[in-house]
Amino acid sequence: MTPSAPSLARRLLRHKVVKPAVFVLCLLPLLHLVWRGLSDDLGPNPEQTVIWTTGLWALRLLLLTLAITPLRKLSGWAELARLRRLLGLFAFAYAMLHFTAWFGLVNGFHADMALHDIVRHPFVLAGMTALLLLLPLALTSTNGMIKRLGAARWQRLHRLIYVAGAVAVFHFWWGKLAKNNTATPTAYAAILALLLGLRLWWAWRAARNRRGAGAQGSSRSLA
Amino acid sequence: MSKRRDQGFEHPVASDITPREMYRDRRHWLAAAAVGAAAGVAALTSRHARALSQAATQGAPGKLPALAARNNSAFSTTQTPTPYKDIVTYNNFYEFGTSKSDPSQRAGSLRTRPWTVVVDGEVHKPRTFGIDDLLKLAPMEERIYRHRCVEGWAMVVPWLGYPLSHVLKAVEPTANAKYVQYITLLDPAEMPGQNDPILQWPYLEGLRLDEAMHPLTLLTFGLYGEVLPNQDGAPLRMVIPWKYGFKGGKSIVRIQLVEKQPVTSWMRAVPQWYGFYSNVNPDVSPQNWSQATERLIGQGGAFGGLFAPRVPTQLFNGYGAQVAHLYQGMDLRRFF
Repeated sequence: MTPSAPSLARRLLRHKVVKPAVFVLCLLPLLHLVWRGLSDDLGPNPEQTVIWTTGLWALRLLLLTLAITPLRKLSGWAELARLRRLLGLFAFAYAMLHFTAWFGLVNGFHADMALHDIVRHPFVLAGMTALLLLLPLALTSTNGMIKRLGAARWQRLHRLIYVAGAVAVFHFWWGKLAKNNTATPTAYAAILALLLGLRLWWAWRAARNRRGAGAQGSSRSLA
Repeated sequence: MSKRRDQGFEHPVASDITPREMYRDRRHWLAAAAVGAAAGVAALTSRHARALSQAATQGAPGKLPALAARNNSAFSTTQTPTPYKDIVTYNNFYEFGTSKSDPSQRAGSLRTRPWTVVVDGEVHKPRTFGIDDLLKLAPMEERIYRHRCVEGWAMVVPWLGYPLSHVLKAVEPTANAKYVQYITLLDPAEMPGQNDPILQWPYLEGLRLDEAMHPLTLLTFGLYGEVLPNQDGAPLRMVIPWKYGFKGGKSIVRIQLVEKQPVTSWMRAVPQWYGFYSNVNPDVSPQNWSQATERLIGQGGAFGGLFAPRVPTQLFNGYGAQVAHLYQGMDLRRFF
């Protein structure tokens, strides 16, 4: 594919309806949950339904955010990058809902109870950590903040999402251990490993190419 | 807060555990009591009866065979039973899948007749009971027990059964018998969840002999006036109300008296979290989450009761007056 003739997919991705459409798609799990609540369809244990659903979507959106760059590189669809911030912010929003549901419904908004739970149980601590790692990323997600921080520093800060992703998957895995049923978290861990592994591979190849180019350059200068 | 611990079957803080409507009802009753104590007592009795019949008509579909029993109020809580539909659709029964809705959707494959239960091990008279012999072995009682799951939710269930001690006495345990283990059916064709190696099958649970002989320990055949639905452990299961729900083995085919403490399915799977005793204890939570409070299922309200407050969990699930002596001098943190 020549760069002068963008594919149909790329032209579609450029359409102005794409971002609002993705926005609405990201809202659907929440709207569905509210709909279930209003129609008394949250199941016998609504607390658990709300906590699990919001947590699961936070993790899914986090992985989707992390998938954007690899997908962009593999497909060559540069336009995908436009969706990354939106997805990342939605991941954070669902994580906040997940936290609020736990804090409010399980702990009745009692900070002492919640703190007790956090220090006593690594599973809860992991969830808290993932949320706190995402917080500075959400706060610095605006164009203004990118300018203020400078692109290089901003990019370095936003590598925290790799750690947040790993901690969040660990939190999920640790939670499912209670049921001794870790098949789903293991699948999520595999996807995360693939997404982070690709980045490592590309970074390693880029470093090798730089070294290779440097070596070539020096040999040429010798010639 | 005026917490009263170990008050037997009475919950410590009534306002914390009673559904709001009932609580308001009680306010009316208190007003009535001011007029005359006799009127008050009548109101209380009828309130309880009304709650029970209401609960029964709300749920029990009458599709399963009825099981006659007399109510044993001495062993029953006065709390309103959880609606039948919640008790039969919100189940942990991994033999049919790990999701709460799996058992009610998939347990139809279980055939509960004919059914036999082998009772053997350290006994003088090992026996194999047919299910019909077991149903007639002792008078059937209805007991309304609190049920606390280790996951942090709770129900109130009108079980039908009789103390396990009747069966144990019938086989005459030897002096070597120190523990009782009970084993669930192993049949992956009828129990598709057993194709998943989530736990070591068959499911095995156990009690110390004195726990097993305790009058609260119920060999259970029914709920809500009918035989057990498959998803709740038909045709017979164990109910130990002061322990977490997973101690109550379902669809039992063998009861063995043994000398050594059994290694249960959950002890084998996640030993750091699930101990042999697994007594309900708000202060000990080796698992991932706090056991301090619980979510009472089926209270109703806006968003399916989403915003109803949790209630504090009681030591031994509120049955301390009856069972605390079994653990005298034991460190409950160590023997969790």
